[in-house]
Amino acid sequence: MDKPNTYRGGPNEHGHFGIYGGRYVAETLMPLILELERAYEAAKADPAFAAEMDGYFKTYVGRPSPLYFAERMTAEFGGARIYLKREDLNHTGAHKINNCVGQALLARRMGKRRIIAETGAGQHGVATATVCALFNLPCVVYMGQVDIERQAPNVFRMKMLGAEVRSVTSGSATLKDAMNEALRDWVANVEDTYYLIGTTAGPHPYPSMVRDFQSVIGEEVRGQMQNAEGRLPDALLACIGGGSNAMGLFHPFLDEPTVRIVAVEAAGEGIATGKHAASLTAGKPGVLHGNRTYLLQDADGQIKEAHSVSAGLDYPGIGPEHAWLHDVGRVEYVSITDAEAIAAFHQCTRLEGIIPALESAHALAHTVKLAASLGPDKLLVVNLSGRGDKDLDTIARLEGTTL
Amino acid sequence: MSGATRIERRFADLRAQGRAGLVTFLTAGDPDPAVSAAILKGLPAAGADLIELGMPFSDPMADGPAIQNSSLRALAAGMTLEKTLRLVADFRRGDDATPIILMGYFNPIHAFGVERFLAAARKAGVDGLIIVDLPPEEEGDLCLPARNAGLNFIYLTAPTTDDRRLPRVLENASGFVYYVSITGITGTASASAADIGGAIARLRRHTDLPVAVGFGIKTAAQAAEVAALADAAVVGSALINCLAENLDADGVAEPGLVKAVLSMVSDLAGGVASGRVRENAR
Repeated sequence: MDKPNTYRGGPNEHGHFGIYGGRYVAETLMPLILELERAYEAAKADPAFAAEMDGYFKTYVGRPSPLYFAERMTAEFGGARIYLKREDLNHTGAHKINNCVGQALLARRMGKRRIIAETGAGQHGVATATVCALFNLPCVVYMGQVDIERQAPNVFRMKMLGAEVRSVTSGSATLKDAMNEALRDWVANVEDTYYLIGTTAGPHPYPSMVRDFQSVIGEEVRGQMQNAEGRLPDALLACIGGGSNAMGLFHPFLDEPTVRIVAVEAAGEGIATGKHAASLTAGKPGVLHGNRTYLLQDADGQIKEAHSVSAGLDYPGIGPEHAWLHDVGRVEYVSITDAEAIAAFHQCTRLEGIIPALESAHALAHTVKLAASLGPDKLLVVNLSGRGDKDLDTIARLEGTTL
Repeated sequence: MSGATRIERRFADLRAQGRAGLVTFLTAGDPDPAVSAAILKGLPAAGADLIELGMPFSDPMADGPAIQNSSLRALAAGMTLEKTLRLVADFRRGDDATPIILMGYFNPIHAFGVERFLAAARKAGVDGLIIVDLPPEEEGDLCLPARNAGLNFIYLTAPTTDDRRLPRVLENASGFVYYVSITGITGTASASAADIGGAIARLRRHTDLPVAVGFGIKTAAQAAEVAALADAAVVGSALINCLAENLDADGVAEPGLVKAVLSMVSDLAGGVASGRVRENAR
């Protein structure tokens, strides 16, 4: 594949990143997708929209999130200087809120009266329920029955915030099925409903819109690293399920040739066991949920269930821009098993006094490998995309205790 | 009409007879390949003028519970796209006139390979395709290659498809136009005759293609109402519910299943026939 002039030019006017992306939705939704695209383009061009979003970022989300030098981790791993981008310190405890503020403001601009969302770990559901409380919009969150069981604290939070959590029992009863059910709701409620997708996936313009709202992460890192070290980082690291925290960190650096970029998929119980969520490592291109991208699927094109200890990575697809960045070779995609992520979860907690989300722990697990391979003069930024309070039940269960 | 597809010939015949057609939807391989083949074989005699055959998919985003479950039953019974095509080929040995339209989602075809699929579909005797998640914006993937291969590509239009957008949707549509009469998933709400009438009139201002109406038609009386207005009425979820009612606790077909489904088809066909008679008598 030819090297493009820029890695930041996508998507094209059809919403394609190379052969990926697009608008693979039922005709009923197509006019809504086009309306959304027009509304987003108008908002993007309106300085008042950016100013409004900035205001909420500063005073409500708590941005900028710190870029923290992880001294003990750096000493322990013996290699690159490790910086953690503290998205876990955002209001609601993860990067998800950035996108929710942006999309809720857009929904309000569009005059939509009702918000729906899908959620896996519940982080996006909580963030959506939060902005809906803030903007006084009714909110319905679709969540797989399996995820409801393993993320009880987040379910309770959503309900307290006034959202209705609808349990999804179809299919594998996880994130992909929640997304199917949200799409079915949207088809039936086209007049007043805004579908607030939580990751850089779905039909155009969602992948690029969510990326834009999350790019505040990478933009901040650029300035913060300049202040701390006087130069660009040498490597970036983030976990990927759908890929929004990774894309938010990566996108502002894609055209910096000296910055090595690595994303970590969930290898679950191991790629060879088939029980994993590594779409790029072990999937192949296909079409699901509005976009062409890498998918976990069988030879007949039926979607396979993903598996990860981390509900937020438990999705059989990946954002289309990641699929493209994979094929053109700009970003390296690796995978980390449940066991490795859990070990990194404990290590980060004990070394830095930071309890990371199990999702982010996948990135931390690869930090050990990557930092050691880089010299001590190198700068490595890891996106600590969320905090781990929500995962305490899971960890306790694995250790045979109950809370 | 040399070179016309079975779909085009069938609608020309219906027009000549002054009646609307009944389009039935069932999922290929539901509840198992043998029973599915037996139903398929009996459909024309029971009164189905055109046959839509669902290609089972694990994630049918635009379908309600009836068709979702039907898809999952077929997959559990080992159905694949290859076997769906074999089902069509077997049907074709006994019926060379009834059009068969494969309906479903793009991914199984994507995995099969578009060119390979089109060749195999044509060879099996498939006449047209309805792919729910391929709007005209993505027509390069399958619509244009299908037309080149001599298959009709049928587009869905919805209440949300406004006058500004309709010409784009109809640009490469062929065979007929499928009007989705509600904003919603299959097998849920039903539209009023007045709404359907208005929508069809709007469609006819944009196209000479026959118009079939589907989503929410459950009874012979509703089929009659639609037949008075449209060129065909599509019934899916109601037939699948009838099929599901004739499964035992383990999901195995009861002895009377095929007969029950076909008798419902006859009922609906009667409704469709009566609809146009009433219209002609006005």
